[in-house]
Amino acid sequence: MRYSRRYIVFVNLCAAVVSIFILAPFAWMVLASVSQPADLIARPYRWLPKHLDLGRYSDLFAGRGSDVVASFRQSLLNSTIVAGCTVVVAMAVGILGAYAFAMLRFRFRRVTLIVFLTTYMLPPIALLIPLYLIMSSLGLLDSKLGLIIIYSSYVTPFVLWILSNYFLTIPAELEEAARVDGCSRMGALFRVMLPVARPGLFATIMFAFLLVWDEFLYALIFTSTPNAQTIPVAIANFTGRYSTDFGLVAAGGLIASVPPVLLAVAFQRYVVGGLSAGAVKG
Amino acid sequence: MSSATELGEVGRTKAGRTPRRNRRGRGEPQGRLALLLLLPSALIVFGIILYPIIRTTIISFFEVNSAVPVATPFVGLRNYTDILSNQAFYSTIWRTLYFTIGSTALELIIGMALALLLNAPVKFRWLFRAIVVLPWALPTVVNGAMWRGVLNAQYGSLNALFTQLHLINDYRSWLGTPTSALNMLIIADVWKTTPLVAFFLLTGLQSIPTEIYESTRMDGAGPIRTWLYITLPLLVPSISVVLVLRTIDAFKVFDLVYVLTGGGPANGTQTIAYFTYVQAFSDQRFGYGSALAEVIVICILLLSAVYLRALRRDEMTLI
Repeated sequence: MRYSRRYIVFVNLCAAVVSIFILAPFAWMVLASVSQPADLIARPYRWLPKHLDLGRYSDLFAGRGSDVVASFRQSLLNSTIVAGCTVVVAMAVGILGAYAFAMLRFRFRRVTLIVFLTTYMLPPIALLIPLYLIMSSLGLLDSKLGLIIIYSSYVTPFVLWILSNYFLTIPAELEEAARVDGCSRMGALFRVMLPVARPGLFATIMFAFLLVWDEFLYALIFTSTPNAQTIPVAIANFTGRYSTDFGLVAAGGLIASVPPVLLAVAFQRYVVGGLSAGAVKG
Repeated sequence: MSSATELGEVGRTKAGRTPRRNRRGRGEPQGRLALLLLLPSALIVFGIILYPIIRTTIISFFEVNSAVPVATPFVGLRNYTDILSNQAFYSTIWRTLYFTIGSTALELIIGMALALLLNAPVKFRWLFRAIVVLPWALPTVVNGAMWRGVLNAQYGSLNALFTQLHLINDYRSWLGTPTSALNMLIIADVWKTTPLVAFFLLTGLQSIPTEIYESTRMDGAGPIRTWLYITLPLLVPSISVVLVLRTIDAFKVFDLVYVLTGGGPANGTQTIAYFTYVQAFSDQRFGYGSALAEVIVICILLLSAVYLRALRRDEMTLI
């Protein structure tokens, strides 16, 4: 399609304005994280710091400073372990379930899918009190294992939904051909379906990882020490404690954002594909 | 299965109209295999969700005031009547609705514009998309912390920017009054979530065949008319899905409130989920908190039921 010159200029101008709106608070956070505390509260405000102050980053990585700062590195590790394990568990059970929803005919198929999805709509706060009592009686409070168990139940319905819809977009003939050639159902799933569904798998893994990395309420209630505290809890502690040094909050926040932002930017073309798979009616 | 039906099936597949569900499977017993494949998911999901939700319902009829229950008298519906006679509950509900409707509406409107822009011939499209993905990927808690910094009354960059541009004379406390703080909560939510809405609508936009646009161009329709009569109606399914997801999500908002305003000032940004958290965990009123949680569940179920009905009338199913 050909576009008029005026239209192209207009569109690019809009894109520039949108980019500024998105990047401005983010850029300020980057600047604040390397500004000296005095520059941060100066009036009139000095946007570009005179001296680069990388002290906050080195404190956060070296585990120096107060308890909250010192435990930051540990919470980064906790989040990675919890998110990694949860994604593995949810994908392992989710792939099997999604295959059943997409490829098999069975009674109550739709109802089952809807029941799974309903659990996803439930507000976490409605499960919090009994879960707290259960976790406490099982001795799983303040443990990574406890979080992994809870998160697996939280992420699995989501994996089922996105992945089964993605499987539905794969031509059924492909699987049928594999079965004619003598593959069992599971053989067809692992040898034919999964390789073809790779973009969908990437998208699902990314969404699942982001979901866990972002989760806050369960982590807030179920963890109390650096032993299991995840990144969002660490950041929340920062914002409460360091209301005078925004630079530290900014530095911590930026580090916490690196994994999800990298994932999202790297897989951005799958974001669109993954979302459309999720939105397609099964 | 006769070869004639095989051929017929392949033929229909190429036309792409037959629902997939009818083509899949070959009449062999699949229920057992399905059960086997779904069992691990079901164990994980319902093992951890079903029991707690029942337990929450039970606790909501008791007075439980400690994590280690000593005496828990059965109080029947008293927790519920307490909620309904509490003025704070109604202002919480009103606030939650204000936040939910405000942020969802803004996200839909701006998200639609953004989706059109993402689909337009922008230079460096990959870069633009990467920038737009950014807020969505940012953890919610970091988003809250960032806006807390931006809106800070002493050193916030918004104050710095606005005074240097002479838009305001003196630094303002953006989170200082309940109304203003609630609006800022909406802005922070819109900033983060609009990209998700936009990408969702973009997938809808991309599924519209370009031939339709070619023919409307031939007919001489302008861009606004084309959008109003072609694009918008074809996007209704995508819009409906986003609307459902966003309202339910916004209704449950907790983490943003926790980090950005802490429910203040003067409880002015306490949404229903935050209110429940405070009652249950700060005040250790587990019975009352459970009853509140049940109220949220009922609200969300009602919301879903209304949506499902509305969607079905349009001959669409959400899932």
